[in-house]
Amino acid sequence: MEQTVKNPADGAPDYNFAYLDEQTKRMIRRALLKAVAIPGYQVPFAGREMPMPYGWGTGGVQVTAAVIGPNDTLKVIDQGADDTTNAVSIRQFFAKTAQVATTEKTAEASIIQTRHRIPEKELREDQVLVYQVPIPEPLRFLEPRETETRKMHALEEYGLMHVKLYEDIARHGHIATTYAYPVMVDDRYVMDPSPTPKFDNPKMNDMAALQLFGAGREKRIYALPPYTKVKSLDFEDHPFEVQTWEDECGMCGARDSYLDEVILDDQGNRMFVCSDTDYCAERQEAGHRGPQHHDQPLGTADRGKAAE
Amino acid sequence: MYVAVKGGERAINNAHKLLAEQRRGDKDIAEIETDQIEQQLSLSVTRVMAEGSLYDRDLAALAIKQGRGDLIEAIFLMRAYRTTLPRFAFSKPIKTAEMDVSRRISATFKDLPGGQILGPTFDYTHRLLDFTLMANGEAPSEAPSGEQPVDENMPRVLDDILNYEGLIQDEPVPVEENAPVADLTREPVKFPAGRDLRLQNLSRGDEGFVLALGYSTQRGYANSHAFVGEIRYGTVSVEIEPEELGFAIDIGDIELTECETVNKFKGSKTKLPQFTRGYGLVFGQNERKAISMALVDRAMRANEMGEQIMGPAQDSEFVMEHSDNVQSTGFVEHIKLPHYVDFQGELELVRRMRAEVEERLAKSEAENGTSQPEAAE
Repeated sequence: MEQTVKNPADGAPDYNFAYLDEQTKRMIRRALLKAVAIPGYQVPFAGREMPMPYGWGTGGVQVTAAVIGPNDTLKVIDQGADDTTNAVSIRQFFAKTAQVATTEKTAEASIIQTRHRIPEKELREDQVLVYQVPIPEPLRFLEPRETETRKMHALEEYGLMHVKLYEDIARHGHIATTYAYPVMVDDRYVMDPSPTPKFDNPKMNDMAALQLFGAGREKRIYALPPYTKVKSLDFEDHPFEVQTWEDECGMCGARDSYLDEVILDDQGNRMFVCSDTDYCAERQEAGHRGPQHHDQPLGTADRGKAAE
Repeated sequence: MYVAVKGGERAINNAHKLLAEQRRGDKDIAEIETDQIEQQLSLSVTRVMAEGSLYDRDLAALAIKQGRGDLIEAIFLMRAYRTTLPRFAFSKPIKTAEMDVSRRISATFKDLPGGQILGPTFDYTHRLLDFTLMANGEAPSEAPSGEQPVDENMPRVLDDILNYEGLIQDEPVPVEENAPVADLTREPVKFPAGRDLRLQNLSRGDEGFVLALGYSTQRGYANSHAFVGEIRYGTVSVEIEPEELGFAIDIGDIELTECETVNKFKGSKTKLPQFTRGYGLVFGQNERKAISMALVDRAMRANEMGEQIMGPAQDSEFVMEHSDNVQSTGFVEHIKLPHYVDFQGELELVRRMRAEVEERLAKSEAENGTSQPEAAE
């Protein structure tokens, strides 16, 4: 399928559909197929320079460019939000180079590219979740050398990781990892879930949607096919647990979603809001109200003059 | 009161407009033209071509203008353009022995066949600001031509002079001229990496990084004391051999700086001692980069030479993973992107850990009646 995108409006040169040339897409698709065949295994690929900087999601963008078709509907989130500057920029990039439909609604998207979050709404079999990954190697901070870490994966030698988690417990009483919390995939590979909060780890397990991970600078692709077993590493006496909040979302009142803290003033007043903006908006449309919602009926709004 | 933040899109567009405005600067001053950059900032142009891995002077000049003179930004623009170009042929190996030389010096021999040719160099200038340039001074007088033409087949110091006596290690040319060469822009890098890949990585690596590593080898972090056997700078022609044609055609000239170092010797009871080599090759006139590259190349040959790894420059994985400035600037700067979701996780954990300690302290206070006002341990 050779398609090009003309952009006479701003005189930009013609680029291939979704920016990358077809040979490059084929190379990425081969890596993706291998990644799907070996869940959690990091497949090296010849990542290309993209027109946005490394660290801005070039891996995710390349994966999306390789799987997107003209009939897809794309959603892009950063920190769970569609309106974060980088999410806007990536969405505009595909709107321009692939001229695909875009959406902010999780349910309407066929491809969701994400940085740091998994949507709260359960994903379906006909959806693909593309993660932007900075450091794909879960063992990297324990062993900086690629030659060593590849050997450790090959030999399933994950003792070092368990020792690290154990030392956390000995020192802090907790496993002091709150995001990029390592998982065991299909009882074989330890995998980095990308810097999503550990709150999102359970969503990866047995997910109906295909999950693809792209690390552009490190030139690695990995994947979780639908319904793959993904288990967060833990100990029998220190089972894995996710973050909880005593507060609710100030806008929609949700108590089951990941909350971001918003500083209201310099007096220590703060409130919490859903990090997933679509989830929050949908709940507000359905009539749910949090204590700080602006059309909160009189009397109840005071309660939320902020978490004092 | 918090209102969900919207308007990222408009903010980005306006930020881009402001950037364009700042790039242009004061409109009472004439706009700089790309051919002025191409001609008068030619060392910036060649650096952008070298690290952008794309030999196109006009595009490099444009990238420098668009990047407001930030060369790493310009290199990035070049790379992002380059990546979209189709690859229609591989050149035949260029022949630097046949270089049309503008400069050629050796630090190991006072005089040698072909002579020492200084060419355009800052080396012996006094670094005094020339205020006439600021005052738009008169055009410089033309440099006189040499009395004798430069030797067309300038002998190479290492191959033709030193190796004549077998004093330096042989650098065998692959038997087959079209033997495959690694290409890190098309294949993922695997370690341990061969020398072809290492050299490619260094040649497009960040000048400052390669310089610092080269420098470190001179200060004891690796020990491969080097002499500059030869530096040559000039133009060579690039040839391709289209399959359907069956013979090579010249597609143009490129400017290159090549440096070959003579490094400390190696020998044993049974083997005659021999000097070893380092190699640097870079687009344009850039001796700093070419020499540094040769130092680091030699240092990275530690395994091959059976040397102990003592410094970062000898550690190819370390060098190669951190030499690319488009990669490193991207990853270093990406931490200014939002990380509130992750930070929230850390906040929650620290608060919980603090609460647990406070609870414990309060409990022991109640039990023992003593207060232990220590804060964080």
